Amino acid sequence: MGEDGESPKINHSFLRDYVTEADVISTVEFNQTGDLLATGDKGGRVVIFQRETESKGESEELGESGEYNVYSTFQSHEPDFDYLKSLEIEEKINKIRWLPQQNAAHFLLSTNDKTIKLWKVSERDKRPEGYNLKDEEGRIKDISTVTSLRVPVLKPTDLMVEVRPRRIFANGHTYHVNSISVNSDGETYLSADDLRINMWHLDITDRSFNIVDIKPANMEDLTEVITAAEFHPHHCHLFVYSSSKGTLRLCDMRESALCDKHSKIFEEPEDPGNRSFFSEIISSVSDVKFSHSGRYLLTRDYLTVKVWDLNMEKGPVETYQVHEYLRSKLCSLYENDCIFDKFECVWNSTDSVIMTGAYNSFFRMFDRETGRGVTLEAWRESSKPRAVLRTRRVYTGGRRRRGDVGVDSLDFTKKILHMAWHPAENIIAIAATNNLYIFQDRVNPENQ
Amino acid sequence: MINTMECAVDAQSLISISLRKIHNSRTQRGGIKLHKNLLVSYVLRNARQVYMNEKYAEIYRMQQYEEVMTVCNEIQELNPLDLMEDCEEQTGDCCGSANESASLCGALLPVSHQAPSVQHIQPSSACSVPLALQNEEVCKAPDPSFYRSCCAEAYPVSNCDFSPVNNMHCNKTTVLDLDTHVVTTVENGYLHQDCCASLQQCCQGAQSPAKKRKLDFGYYVSEIEEVPDFTPCKRAKFEDSSYVSTEHLDTSNISNLISIFGSGFTGLVSRQADLEQALNGQFCSKQALASLGAWTRAIVAF
Repeated sequence: MGEDGESPKINHSFLRDYVTEADVISTVEFNQTGDLLATGDKGGRVVIFQRETESKGESEELGESGEYNVYSTFQSHEPDFDYLKSLEIEEKINKIRWLPQQNAAHFLLSTNDKTIKLWKVSERDKRPEGYNLKDEEGRIKDISTVTSLRVPVLKPTDLMVEVRPRRIFANGHTYHVNSISVNSDGETYLSADDLRINMWHLDITDRSFNIVDIKPANMEDLTEVITAAEFHPHHCHLFVYSSSKGTLRLCDMRESALCDKHSKIFEEPEDPGNRSFFSEIISSVSDVKFSHSGRYLLTRDYLTVKVWDLNMEKGPVETYQVHEYLRSKLCSLYENDCIFDKFECVWNSTDSVIMTGAYNSFFRMFDRETGRGVTLEAWRESSKPRAVLRTRRVYTGGRRRRGDVGVDSLDFTKKILHMAWHPAENIIAIAATNNLYIFQDRVNPENQ
Repeated sequence: MINTMECAVDAQSLISISLRKIHNSRTQRGGIKLHKNLLVSYVLRNARQVYMNEKYAEIYRMQQYEEVMTVCNEIQELNPLDLMEDCEEQTGDCCGSANESASLCGALLPVSHQAPSVQHIQPSSACSVPLALQNEEVCKAPDPSFYRSCCAEAYPVSNCDFSPVNNMHCNKTTVLDLDTHVVTTVENGYLHQDCCASLQQCCQGAQSPAKKRKLDFGYYVSEIEEVPDFTPCKRAKFEDSSYVSTEHLDTSNISNLISIFGSGFTGLVSRQADLEQALNGQFCSKQALASLGAWTRAIVAF
């Protein structure tokens, strides 16, 4: 990339590196402390990274400059087959959510289209030695050789990370699961598919409560589906779900057992001047996230990210254009299916900056205070380790600057759909196809 | 009002692209994606709406012209009585009441197997039968609208500018209409009388159980997978299928397509139904036909 901004990029490159489909990252999530970062991929695997803590003297100057290294890898889901419906069930991990840590072990939920699993991640760095009845290799000793008793002691060993499935929440969903969200009560979580939302207790796998059901009596009357759902970060009775029509519904579980009727509905009236064949597609919300404060909602549709105030239902309080230059390309994006891409969006820890992905390995950050947006790139060739990330620009008219990329040069196969922001620091994890990029803000490592 | 200037792709190709996506979703791994198919059906609905609006506008324009020309003819030194009789006979053969028949026969679109060529079918390829325009003189009129009588005597093809048909003077093609399951024969660019008969039934709004249509359609689609070439013998199976009410035609198009994949979305077309009911009965068949053409071509396309 670098200096030569004029070199055309091939949109549908047949020469690109062959990427195994199974290695494509499909979800990224930090745990509550940010020390662990989990990624799920299309092959059903989960890779957990752990941040190395630097205990050298320079840690004061650079902040905790620990790097993330692989901590554990395990196969979470396998390809499955529904014999009754003759349907293949993909093993792709749609979402990972960490549970709040309660003891030395870590727990996370991972889900594919149908089944949610609770995994326990624990470390073992000691092992007992000095058994009376077993020798060092574990063979049973001949009792006649035992002359004295001793108490086994724990001796340190190499670190071993064990991951075991603790719960399997199966058969709860007829349609494809798109979201899971752990409740602030620490005991329950919700899972959402296209038409229903279920609430589970973490300890109970054979039962779940259906809290939202938008399936019409006659499927031919279907007009919208659920696209994402999340519990409120502080209020355990509130959750929000987004729809393919671009609406958000806030539901209060205290009102009734079945929350088909929303407490609040957030929607923005459509701009009739922008009406096109694809209006419905681009207004579909692909992701919804509560702010850390719990006051705001962040949504992503195809061309914009919007911030909503929970106290104002009639429209978003802020709207940011992610890639408005694509509006005139919607036809071709429909043909190549890119218009169906589901981008995620995230808040930073202080809710002052929001981030979302785009094409050509670009991702965008918006500063809510200034309203300004910046485009960054997650691409191996242009960023060496510890190099400063340069801002990029897509040329849409006016004076063309060096390094600008033309709209027709964008590579639509390089899409940034999944990302995560460290809960406390300015560290971001960006999934670009089969690569994971971790960027750190050295200037402002801690959030003000 | 959908801004069609937004992209260069026209409504018909969008329809065929959307249908192809729905068809492909059947074989995609992981099962049918409800969300994606719902969105595709919205595009289908929008494209069809635009297509029908264009057709409707064009038919309306032609009828306007027709009325103008009627007046002109009366002024000219032609025997209006003779013409009227001729027309009435023919239209009577065709479909019943004069007004309806004019619109019905006129709106028939010559359908060809040359699917790719349909991409550029101009709206003006539809034709309406003017009650009093059975003579060459009118057809030679400079107006780009075309007139063709489906039941008329041999009519100079050269005067009419059917792009897909121009090359098919002597061709006879048989086409299955997927909505009414009517087999129509196109000869020399003319549609056979059997089409009129079926249209008459259309007009009358014959009811048919939606379920049966779905099954038929499902059967037909599986035929597509097995035999890409449309052969008359296979299509003949559908000749005895029941005819469908025009009101259901539009709503059922999308829903039947999608219902065979596990979900139907006529709900989103319910607004369409309202629109259509607002139209007069004489136009309902035209709307149906306009959509028939699109559907047939679209399905034929893949």
